[in-house]
Amino acid sequence: MLIIKNLSKSYQMGEQQVTALAAVSLQIARGEMVAIMGPSGSGKSTLMNMIGCLDQPTGGRLFLNQAEVNQLREKEKAQLRNREIGFVFQSFNLLPRLTAWQNVELPMIYAGVKPKERLQRAKETLELMGLGPRIDHRPKELSGGQQQRVAIARALVNRPNLLLADEPTGNLDSHSSREIMAVFQDLNQKGLTVVLVTHEEEIAAYAKRVIRFLDGRIVSDQKIQQKALTKEVEP
Amino acid sequence: MKLSENILMAAKNLKNNKVRSLLTMLGVIIGVAAVIVMVSLGEGAKKQITDSISAMGSNLLIVNAGRGGMRGGGHATSEPLTNKIIEVITKGSSHIERIAPRLQKSKLVKYGEISLRTRIVGCTTSFPAVRNYQIAQGDFFSEADLSGRRRVAVIGAYIAEELYSGANPVGLELKIGKMRLKVIGVLAEKGQSNFGNSDDLVLIPLTTAQRRLFGTTTLSDISVQVSRAEAMEQVNRELEEALLAELQDETKFRVRNQAELLSTVEGTTQTFTFLLAGIAAVSLLVGGIGIMNIMLVSVTERIREIGIRKAIGAGQEEILGLFLLEAIMLSLAGGIIGVILGCLVAKLVASFSGLMTVLTMPSIVLSFLFSVMIGLFFGVYPAYKAAGLDPIEALRHE
Ligand SMILES: Nc1ncnc2c1ncn2[C@@H]1O[C@H](COP(=O)(O)OP(=O)(O)OP(=O)(O)O)[C@@H](O)[C@H]1O
Ligand SMILES: [Mg+2]
Repeated sequence: MLIIKNLSKSYQMGEQQVTALAAVSLQIARGEMVAIMGPSGSGKSTLMNMIGCLDQPTGGRLFLNQAEVNQLREKEKAQLRNREIGFVFQSFNLLPRLTAWQNVELPMIYAGVKPKERLQRAKETLELMGLGPRIDHRPKELSGGQQQRVAIARALVNRPNLLLADEPTGNLDSHSSREIMAVFQDLNQKGLTVVLVTHEEEIAAYAKRVIRFLDGRIVSDQKIQQKALTKEVEP
Repeated sequence: MKLSENILMAAKNLKNNKVRSLLTMLGVIIGVAAVIVMVSLGEGAKKQITDSISAMGSNLLIVNAGRGGMRGGGHATSEPLTNKIIEVITKGSSHIERIAPRLQKSKLVKYGEISLRTRIVGCTTSFPAVRNYQIAQGDFFSEADLSGRRRVAVIGAYIAEELYSGANPVGLELKIGKMRLKVIGVLAEKGQSNFGNSDDLVLIPLTTAQRRLFGTTTLSDISVQVSRAEAMEQVNRELEEALLAELQDETKFRVRNQAELLSTVEGTTQTFTFLLAGIAAVSLLVGGIGIMNIMLVSVTERIREIGIRKAIGAGQEEILGLFLLEAIMLSLAGGIIGVILGCLVAKLVASFSGLMTVLTMPSIVLSFLFSVMIGLFFGVYPAYKAAGLDPIEALRHE
């Protein structure tokens, strides 16, 4: 699904060169559930953004479904972001003026889905996230956990093959965090590949594989015994 | 993604952000309205000046007796301007609109116990048109009055006020010296002009003045109204030639024209045209900068939104299309409202402040187009730049 070869990213800050990512190589297969860990500033978000086609590397290669991302044109990258990848941000990044279902509808508009089907699918996905009664609320009328679930619904609504989540539970309490992880495990069970960044060992324990970063390099990469959660989402 | 979807989305965006939409539109509205009002004020002032100049009677040539003839006013035989000259002038040039011969003398007029000295002007029916007088009450005298040498008078506003103390004088009697006349009309007030109080006079038929009152066949002067301002010089020349042929002495007559006055008018209007262009340019600039500011602020504020849309799969064209559509809707709506508002304000200013305002099509079209263009450019250009960013750059934007 995902092959990364010597991927690097550095920023020129005046005279100084900051290396965010130093020649990282990595492979992630379909159906995996990977947790990425590491101290602040170790390059986790940088890697996620590049996998999500939101940012460009300064060196190395990245293959998504056999296609080299850097060779793609803008339009093809937009299509990848739209259909292949679902991205969940730590800070939700919902459009504040739109209601929950309108936010979830957006990716479908860009995918050219018909209006009737859009509403139908937005509702279904929000219900799956336990937000059935909240579809007409605007983000600021929702709790942090609920907003994150709207963001996840938005990431999933175009049925991507890869879900990327950068600290999806970073702003949430442990109860909401477990709910989100339960959803991820459930989706993973149904075949979705999940890559998530987290600072918490407890959250990482719900994954099948943990990769640790330090100063832009991978320091460890191991399969773990997944801690299973039963889905107990409440509205 | 279809265009109709994008239009719908743009409209929804505008509706969802009412305050921002209104503010943005306000920039265009004020820009357009300000230019229209400023230019209409300038045009109004220009018109007021040319109006007041033409109120004196424009395109006028005045023929009067020259030094050779005027000396010793008592010798009637030496007066060169007789009724015959009227014909000479009429045939003298083809660019003559109207002729107003005049015999004027100062005399005492009386009504009841009040009497005062005023100008008695014997004239023909063309006098009001040539000298820009309007009738306020009653009528001006007719050709029949003229041919019948009737004892009728049309009095100036000042005389009406002083002699009849504001009462309607039409139908009442007026005495000039010992002669009794009937007042048949009152002239509208004209006010002070450069040539004395133009409301302090009494008009009577020229024939009545010549035969009954003064016992003469001469004229004081003849006003000639030329049909076009450009023909003034030519008519002036032609009349001088015709009069010389008739009178055989160039000291007996003089043709004065308003060349001096005209050149002043032309100078003034030219200055005003420049002033107007300046006003329009400055208002356009100020309006444009206002629109630019609001557009830039609103788009900059939305770079995050652009990042989000790109992150979930919007292409560059889709984002550009969205911003272009929004800018078109806002600028057009703002431009139309601005035109309506500007015209309304110009009318209101005119009716409440007494300042004259004149709406002109070029100022309306120019301000509309300019503001809409500025609105479009600054609504779209920053969005165009933002749409070219990597999503993560746009998302990091604060
Ligand atoms: N736009 C940028 N300009 C300059 N340096 C940057 C930029 N973005 C990231 N960096 C640097 O790259 C390095 C890696 O950043 P990154 O955001 O990937 O860390 P992270 O592991 O996600 O940290 P955190 O856990 O705090 O989110 C940091 O040293 C950071 O300062
Ligand atoms: Mg990070």
